[in-house]
Amino acid sequence: MALIELRNLTKSFRVYQKHEGLMASLRGLWRREYRDVQAVRGIDLDVQRGEFVAFLGPNGAGKTTTLKLLSGVINPTSGSALVMGHVPWQRQNAYRRRFALVMGQKNQLWWDLPAQESFRLHQQIYCIAPEAFSRTLDELTSMLDVAQLLRQPVRELSLGERMKMELIAALLHSPDVLFLDEPTIGLDVVAQHRIQKFLKEYQQQRNVTILLTSHYMKDIVALCRRVVVIAHGRIRYDGSLSGIRDSFSSHKVVTLQLAETASTDGFHRFGEVLEIQPPRIKLRIDRPAVAGTLAAILAQHAIEDVAVEDPPLEEVIADLFSQAARGSDDPMGLDKVSSAVGSVR
Amino acid sequence: MMVRVVTWWTILRIALEERLVYRGDFALGTLMRFLPIITQIFLWWAVFEAIGDGQRSEGQIAGYRFENMVAYYLLTMVSRAFSSMPGLASGIARQIRDGEVKKYLIQPVDMIGFLLLTRIAHKIAYYSVALLPFALVFYLCRGFFIDGWPDSTTLLLFVATLIMAFLLGFFLEATMGLIGFWFLEVTSLLFIYMLLSFFLSGHMFPLDMLPEPWLSIVNLMPLKYLAFFPAAVFLGNVQGPELVQGVMIQAGWVVFFIITARIAFARGVKRYSGFGG
Repeated sequence: MALIELRNLTKSFRVYQKHEGLMASLRGLWRREYRDVQAVRGIDLDVQRGEFVAFLGPNGAGKTTTLKLLSGVINPTSGSALVMGHVPWQRQNAYRRRFALVMGQKNQLWWDLPAQESFRLHQQIYCIAPEAFSRTLDELTSMLDVAQLLRQPVRELSLGERMKMELIAALLHSPDVLFLDEPTIGLDVVAQHRIQKFLKEYQQQRNVTILLTSHYMKDIVALCRRVVVIAHGRIRYDGSLSGIRDSFSSHKVVTLQLAETASTDGFHRFGEVLEIQPPRIKLRIDRPAVAGTLAAILAQHAIEDVAVEDPPLEEVIADLFSQAARGSDDPMGLDKVSSAVGSVR
Repeated sequence: MMVRVVTWWTILRIALEERLVYRGDFALGTLMRFLPIITQIFLWWAVFEAIGDGQRSEGQIAGYRFENMVAYYLLTMVSRAFSSMPGLASGIARQIRDGEVKKYLIQPVDMIGFLLLTRIAHKIAYYSVALLPFALVFYLCRGFFIDGWPDSTTLLLFVATLIMAFLLGFFLEATMGLIGFWFLEVTSLLFIYMLLSFFLSGHMFPLDMLPEPWLSIVNLMPLKYLAFFPAAVFLGNVQGPELVQGVMIQAGWVVFFIITARIAFARGVKRYSGFGG
């Protein structure tokens, strides 16, 4: 049985709608219009013990809502979820002692006190035995290299240091399941890297199950073997990171190195011209047409070198997101349109 | 049980430490409490002087001589030090609006119990610093307690009413803060409460000055038990069956608001998890 099981999980919110202007504000005093926003629309998902899964999707896609449902902060409109045999929104203490939620934009440490004090409080709240507490704390502080900062008031820590402390606070009770909502948001590259490295090591050592949302592809590339793309409250893709390219990228990027004397004109016939930097030219060509088009180019032009690459993953995902933002229900639809436009040009 | 006591102690200790971080603000806030009472004493001084034609100590208003009045204000200051909850309701409402309330849904901890412990810590921190100035003021003003020091039974009842005033103040304001689950912004509501509380708790004037039927109405309302009632018990102004009745009503309101706060929290969380997040 899977450790986390979601079946047709749905959540809609009621959002107050206000028209522009003062009159509308006055009208809103006694008659309010509400609109139902479907944040999560029927998600099915199974996660096994020890998996490190990334939720990927544009803002407002339903990632955070899903994590909130899983941590029991909100109740679903319909559908079911079981995490380690518990229904999250029943908020049983037995469940609450076994998971943790870290939100990059919220902090749960006492602002004016050293992190050490917040950790003590967690020890009590989660009933952690003293030996286990000091062992875990030592381990985590040395892994994150923050032992010397434990006595400093949290408000005087840098954002990166604070995030490390947040992680420690969340991990003190050795949760079996960890939900991370953009844990590296706002951090510099070094701090991001440090946290990635830590999460990777920690996950491998303890074999915990982690669900992570992030907008940084680097986080996801470094950490997750499994990626779930969510857009418009639905799962659009569930599989390996590299598989995203195969499923959603309909083209390849071909870079041609022309002979010194050759002209850069006339290449638009073969595909979308992405960049011209004589004597180099970059084309975007439909996957199935790559071989044929290359043969045609080589026959007609003097070419010194050819490189065929997949488009950068970021680009594929950005395409995927923007198509989701336009409300397309068919994840492949827009790619087809854009490549069609490319070949017409 | 032992585990819980240790948990409570930890929460208490940490809240206490937090309270002492901003030393300057804390000391100033503690001492500033004494300012309003001075203006009130001068006000009544003038009133008594006016009615007594310059012979201030002779006049009486509703059975209060000037000395009684000063003693009354000093004692309401003590009861308000127990029952007032600066920032409690607005803090709860803010936590709901900012989503900080999630913390209490995710962690195995009870929000109301946690807030109660931190509030007790705040009060302990406050008293440990305020005790000295309080003692000094009472010593300097000992001449105003013309009816002498109450007997030990009355003193014990006074302490009991103070503790209940603390609980009443806490659960009443907590309930108001929890209304934030429905309204998000409770500032105006709090303003109305402060206004009502100023008059009807006895902070402004001794409530037994009120004519009927207002007196009976105020007797049944909770606000009187935040400031007037403990002071009246100390001064021996309520006795016999009236005293028993007062203590019962106060205890009744404490229980009522404990239950109301619990219901508001349970319903609020249900609503929050249903609509918001």
